Amino acid sequence: MYERIASNVRKTWGLIFVFIALTVLIGWVVGQFLHIGFWGLGGAVIFAVFMTWGSYFASDKIALSMSHAQPADQRQFAQLHNIVEGLSIAAGIPKPRVYVVQDQAPNAFATGRNPEHAAIAVTTGLMEKLDRDELEGVIAHELSHVKNRDTLVMTIAVTLVGVIVLLADWMLRAMWWGGGKSDRGNGLGLPFAIIGLLLLIVAPLIAQLLQFAVSRQREFLADADGVFLTRHPDGLIHALEKLQGDQTVVRTASRATAHLWIESPIARQANETRRGTKQGTWLNRMFDTHPPLETRIAALRQSELAGSQPPMPPRPTI
Amino acid sequence: MGAIGWIAIVVVVLLVFFLIATYNRLVRLRNRVEAAWSQIDVQLKRRHDLIPNLVETVKGYAAHERETLEAVIQARQQAVAAQGVEKQAQAENILTGALRQLFAVSEAYPELKANENFLALQEELTGTESRIAFSRQFYNEQVLAYDNAIETFPSNTVAGLFNFEPKAYFEAEEASRENVQVDFGSGGAAGPATP
Repeated sequence: MYERIASNVRKTWGLIFVFIALTVLIGWVVGQFLHIGFWGLGGAVIFAVFMTWGSYFASDKIALSMSHAQPADQRQFAQLHNIVEGLSIAAGIPKPRVYVVQDQAPNAFATGRNPEHAAIAVTTGLMEKLDRDELEGVIAHELSHVKNRDTLVMTIAVTLVGVIVLLADWMLRAMWWGGGKSDRGNGLGLPFAIIGLLLLIVAPLIAQLLQFAVSRQREFLADADGVFLTRHPDGLIHALEKLQGDQTVVRTASRATAHLWIESPIARQANETRRGTKQGTWLNRMFDTHPPLETRIAALRQSELAGSQPPMPPRPTI
Repeated sequence: MGAIGWIAIVVVVLLVFFLIATYNRLVRLRNRVEAAWSQIDVQLKRRHDLIPNLVETVKGYAAHERETLEAVIQARQQAVAAQGVEKQAQAENILTGALRQLFAVSEAYPELKANENFLALQEELTGTESRIAFSRQFYNEQVLAYDNAIETFPSNTVAGLFNFEPKAYFEAEEASRENVQVDFGSGGAAGPATP
């Protein structure tokens, strides 16, 4: 557990470093072409620092508002609050803030830079379709993400990579517009075109980087850790089976937030990686954030059969 | 001073560092065990506080289930008064059994089951019981970490030096668990407390 926290913190620093380096590079290139000297560089540095700072302190708020999550009422969602509180005790972390997303698709996510600033959001569909044990399994999975700082890497990655994707998009647009206007000779078209193309080439590399940071392995780990908290593998197994059988898509989820959810909220199209057919497009597979549910269920079943969970002290019944 | 003298000084300094670091680690682990223990107490109190309210609500609909209600009240009083880990665990187990009996009986009163206050109390009690179980589970994990530290080499040397005593796991009594099962025959005594 402690090694994983340390490794996640390292990865976060790595992400921030790459982000700042990339932004500063772009700023420098723009500055050179526009002959505004160090303003490009300076602007980029300020922008990068501001974005990093913002994503560190506000990433949870951004993720929550992007998914239209509302604070869960203590009385109306008493069961949800009780489950979160109980499992936080088991995990030895403070109780995270609890949010509800009005959505029919059963899904959940966790966010926040550390356990003290964590938040958990579940969809109303999840609460309708799962019973208490199953809900407990899902919440335990999310709390494991919080406990071992997966949420830190994930939310920072989402924000920073989002900015780069946005920049690339913007540059490409500028290239098209600039291309039309380049005969005016203001020299804007060419540099933007070059940067745009550069980013286009770099984008898959960034995606790879993200893949590395937000490795699918961590979903298996969070499943295992979640079961370690509830001591009840069937809860999570049944929950994942229900998610598998459900085809509803989360309306408010986008590629940018896909990493956060317990089940990939977008890779639901019939021809994608479900049932191992691997017919998804190259880009989709590159951005695939979650291992197939079948594999996760199989892994849980196997550990249950083999009893290969780490040695646990007894959980007393009362 | 010769080379041997320097080596001796280095060794002594390293030993002192090891001693301080290990001692502090053991104290931290022991404090965690104690904090986890007080968490159990907090949750048990929470349950005790919920029960009078529950009894009042049930009385309004099922007043002639006097025996069951009396059993819950008595079990609560004994749980509140219980001293020491073993006695407390035993009393809490009896209380859990009495509560299950109460919820089983309430199945026969549709109006009670539709009462919002009753439903809220039932959820609150289920939540509290799982919190108690989870806080005991967390306590046991802290005990495992602490006991491992004071029994494995080299930290066991420091533990012996400063009298760090091993702590005991919190285990439910076999006998009282059987009691609960006898009460309900083949019923769902194994799962979480909602009957």
